[in-house]
Amino acid sequence: MNWDWQVFCKDTIDGNMVPRCFGGAGDITYLDWLLSAWGWTISVSLLALLVALVLGSIMGILRTAPHRGLVLLGNAWTELFRNIPLLVQIFLWYHVVPALIPPLRGVPSFLLVVLGLGLFTSARISEQVRAGIQSLTGGQRMAGLAMGFTLPQTYRYVLLPMAFRIVIPPLTSESMNIVKNSAVAFAVSISELTLFALQAQEETSRGIEIYLAVTGLYFITAFAINRVLHFVEQRVRVPGMIGGGG
Amino acid sequence: MLNLDFAFFTPAVVSGYVLKGFVFSLQLTAIAMLGGIALGTVLALMRLSSKPWLTLPAAGYVNTMRSVPLVMVILWFFLLIPLVIGRPLGAEMSAIITFTLFEAAYYSEIMRAGIQSVARGQVAAGYALGMSYGQTMRLVVLPQAFRNMLPVLLTQTIILFQDTSLVYAIGAYDLLKGFEVAGKNFNRPVETYLVAAVLYFIISFSLSMLVRKLQQRIAIIR
Repeated sequence: MNWDWQVFCKDTIDGNMVPRCFGGAGDITYLDWLLSAWGWTISVSLLALLVALVLGSIMGILRTAPHRGLVLLGNAWTELFRNIPLLVQIFLWYHVVPALIPPLRGVPSFLLVVLGLGLFTSARISEQVRAGIQSLTGGQRMAGLAMGFTLPQTYRYVLLPMAFRIVIPPLTSESMNIVKNSAVAFAVSISELTLFALQAQEETSRGIEIYLAVTGLYFITAFAINRVLHFVEQRVRVPGMIGGGG
Repeated sequence: MLNLDFAFFTPAVVSGYVLKGFVFSLQLTAIAMLGGIALGTVLALMRLSSKPWLTLPAAGYVNTMRSVPLVMVILWFFLLIPLVIGRPLGAEMSAIITFTLFEAAYYSEIMRAGIQSVARGQVAAGYALGMSYGQTMRLVVLPQAFRNMLPVLLTQTIILFQDTSLVYAIGAYDLLKGFEVAGKNFNRPVETYLVAAVLYFIISFSLSMLVRKLQQRIAIIR
């Protein structure tokens, strides 16, 4: 098999080699396109992660609240977004939601994908946050309430600080999943890595080089997120706990 | 504003467009589950062995599969299989091979946890009775590992069923594709995507309820 990595230096329109591989003045090489696609993947992933963390934490907390209505709401949310395939959810956001809710018609598809991926992942995060809170002994909650804390204060100062530390490892793998799952955005024409892979492969017929580059970038992105969260985990650990420093 | 019209969803449309895709999605799920669990068990046993020439390839395979997006894996196989076998292969067949090999990585992690959950004394007891490694695994360890991990294996299968929709990337005709084609032909995409979502939800939700029931019933009291 013979490699042709020069393919990345080609202009995307006329296919001519561009010296030094970066196009300028309106010319775009496949390398330019690859990097911009990487940017889209990172933007979709990080914004969706933000949405997922906020909503997932809220729903996870609601599911542990001493109030049946709130628990029911949290459970319904989780089951709804967990039991529909991600690709179908993305299609719902892209085709169905704007049709049913006219004010959403002008929203760019990028934001719809962020919402779709974020809500899908929020269901999984709510499950982890719930498990994290429930893994604390019941005495913690009672101690907080007995000290005269209100319920929100008990959560804020007693339960959540420990629960969030406990769920960092599963959150890390979920954050890496979000990068991988962002690949479905290709289906609604977001110009991210997978769409680049599909289109550039078709145009250049150098599928293996293109796919290797794209796969490598997914690798790097997920690994970077892993390292960042590992650093966070090290910084916030509580001495004396299992997994904590001495 | 709400102009939904489901009237075109006649039994003829369902059997003409959706059924074929539904059957393929179920086939794909079943084959990938059985093949994936079989291959995954072998991978798990390799990873738990004490020989580096077995451990390293298995670990490398599992970690590689688990760190690449499934869509990219589907595209990779669709590109590579024809190069390897020297002739084009249909999207459906390619999807079946891809999902079996991909899911094996995930099932193997579950089986590894399952095997590790069996008490060490069980292996010692097997050897003490004069059983070989194969007999100990087959008759003593794996049955317990399967039982312990059955709920998790089934949960993974529900995820697998949902993930089969990703064969969209190579244009295989699955359940979602069936709905999509029907929606295009009758110019009713909103309705068809809604029905697709409801159908996927009903299937996945009821299966996960069943798994929850099963989990309570088969829990081993220690």
